Amino acid sequence: MEVKIHKAGLLTTVQDLGRTGHRSSGVPVCGPMDTVAFRLANLLVGNNETTAALEITLLGPEIEFSEDRLIAVCGAQLSGIEVNRPHLIKKGQKLNLGACTSGVRSYLAISGGITTELILGSQSTYLRGSFGGFKGRALKQGDLLSLGKGRTLKEGLAKFYLSGSPIPPYSSALTLRVTVGAQHSEFAAGLFTQSFKVSPVSDRMGLRLQGKALQRKVSKELTSSAVVCGTIQVPADGQPIILMADAQTLGGYPQIAHVCAVDLPLVAQLKALDAVEFSLIALSHAHELLRQREHEISLIREGLSERFYFSA
Amino acid sequence: MQVRLRTQVITFCALGDSALEIKLGSASETGVLERIQVLASALRKETALWIIDILPVYGTVAVFYNPIKMPPGTASPYEFACTWIKALAVKSGVLARRTPTLNKRAKPVEIPVCYDKSLGQDLESVAAKAKLSIEALIKLHTSVTYHVHAVGFAPGFPYLAGLSSKLHTPRLQTPRQKVPAGSVGIGGDHTGVYPFSTPGGWNLIGQTPLTLFDITWDSPALLHVGDQVIFKAISKEEFSIWK
Repeated sequence: MEVKIHKAGLLTTVQDLGRTGHRSSGVPVCGPMDTVAFRLANLLVGNNETTAALEITLLGPEIEFSEDRLIAVCGAQLSGIEVNRPHLIKKGQKLNLGACTSGVRSYLAISGGITTELILGSQSTYLRGSFGGFKGRALKQGDLLSLGKGRTLKEGLAKFYLSGSPIPPYSSALTLRVTVGAQHSEFAAGLFTQSFKVSPVSDRMGLRLQGKALQRKVSKELTSSAVVCGTIQVPADGQPIILMADAQTLGGYPQIAHVCAVDLPLVAQLKALDAVEFSLIALSHAHELLRQREHEISLIREGLSERFYFSA
Repeated sequence: MQVRLRTQVITFCALGDSALEIKLGSASETGVLERIQVLASALRKETALWIIDILPVYGTVAVFYNPIKMPPGTASPYEFACTWIKALAVKSGVLARRTPTLNKRAKPVEIPVCYDKSLGQDLESVAAKAKLSIEALIKLHTSVTYHVHAVGFAPGFPYLAGLSSKLHTPRLQTPRQKVPAGSVGIGGDHTGVYPFSTPGGWNLIGQTPLTLFDITWDSPALLHVGDQVIFKAISKEEFSIWK
């Protein structure tokens, strides 16, 4: 079973939950920018949460199916489809996904998942390294993607709707919760006292922010050290960068703070010129928020698990 | 949190809510690189579900963890991880007064380099700044056993310490858009090799035909933290045959 890409969209890549375990070789994690939307899309079609799916950026693809399949889109709202619920796409039907109307990134999960070669244990596309995913690149017109064995719903589609989901509403003005970074005390106040604008020069490696320059009180050069998804580093120009999925494994710039894991899906949905503020929380609070989020996802997982069966 | 056991100090620092950094000192201090490797390898042998990834870099080891996968009832995932790692460090001899010995035979990896201005655009300017002939520069660059202090920037890119102070050269003011794969460069007090064609700001003095990163290898990078490296000068003819 294959699907054919008739239109690729703006930047459509194959991702699974990321390539971990190879940071010591300098390999970035990659994977979906918004892991929550990604996992929910998979759950809605009876897949494992880690199953490879498509990350869609700003404009969706047009895809032809050669067999009946369940699909779901989660994340940014896309014109042309109702998000957060499964749909049955019929054999020969073209799924035409439009532009994002809120947020930036949507996830298209197809029941059975997308089958590509495992590179270092993962199917995630690493664009800069040109490996992983589909031929190490974003999808193009004419590409044929093979799929795994799909599942079918036990009941009708009408009963399916993800309501009160753990996907927070996307906003063009939001506050991100952070914990302190190693060089936090070296900076004058500024991170928490202003609103930053998201620069158009942002991508899967990181979001660049623009605001009143953050002043570092010391000029000591740092040796490179580990960074995480969400690390806010401040280069010499004082304009912070939030590192994201494709970021390199090491950073040499001062680390002023780290966005809490629970708020990273919101970062993934920020678009150019959106406004961002930061608020500081304790590490224990960050862990508690994450625990609550995982609990909500586990309830959805349990609720859905009984409702699918494998088709012949 | 800080613990002093005999002479080796270990400190912990949170790196966001899903990672932490263990500091054992500066990578250039005697024994620190060995201790880093012993700790990283001890952590790798453990099968704790909450450990996601381990990254040794300079005098630190970063541990990436999943706070959700900690044992039930864990009050503070961070404190739990620190205590657990500290116990492992003690058990594996990382904090002992005597530098722990490594299981791995420390045999330097030999990297053949063609030092030629056609393959290293900055060869002449680095030599001129150091007030050295090209021959003397090559001799100096190939006479040292280097240590890998970090791997990153790009997949498989080694930061090599041990460069002769005469060859320390500041990075380029404006990085190049494209550095050829295999380029050997000098950035400040480090030397290194670009495994891929990437943008880069180091001074290029030559090129190796050797592959430093391959996704089909179990561990895709040729070099890892703690490895020793020596450079060997080869001619343009040897370089083209090798390629």
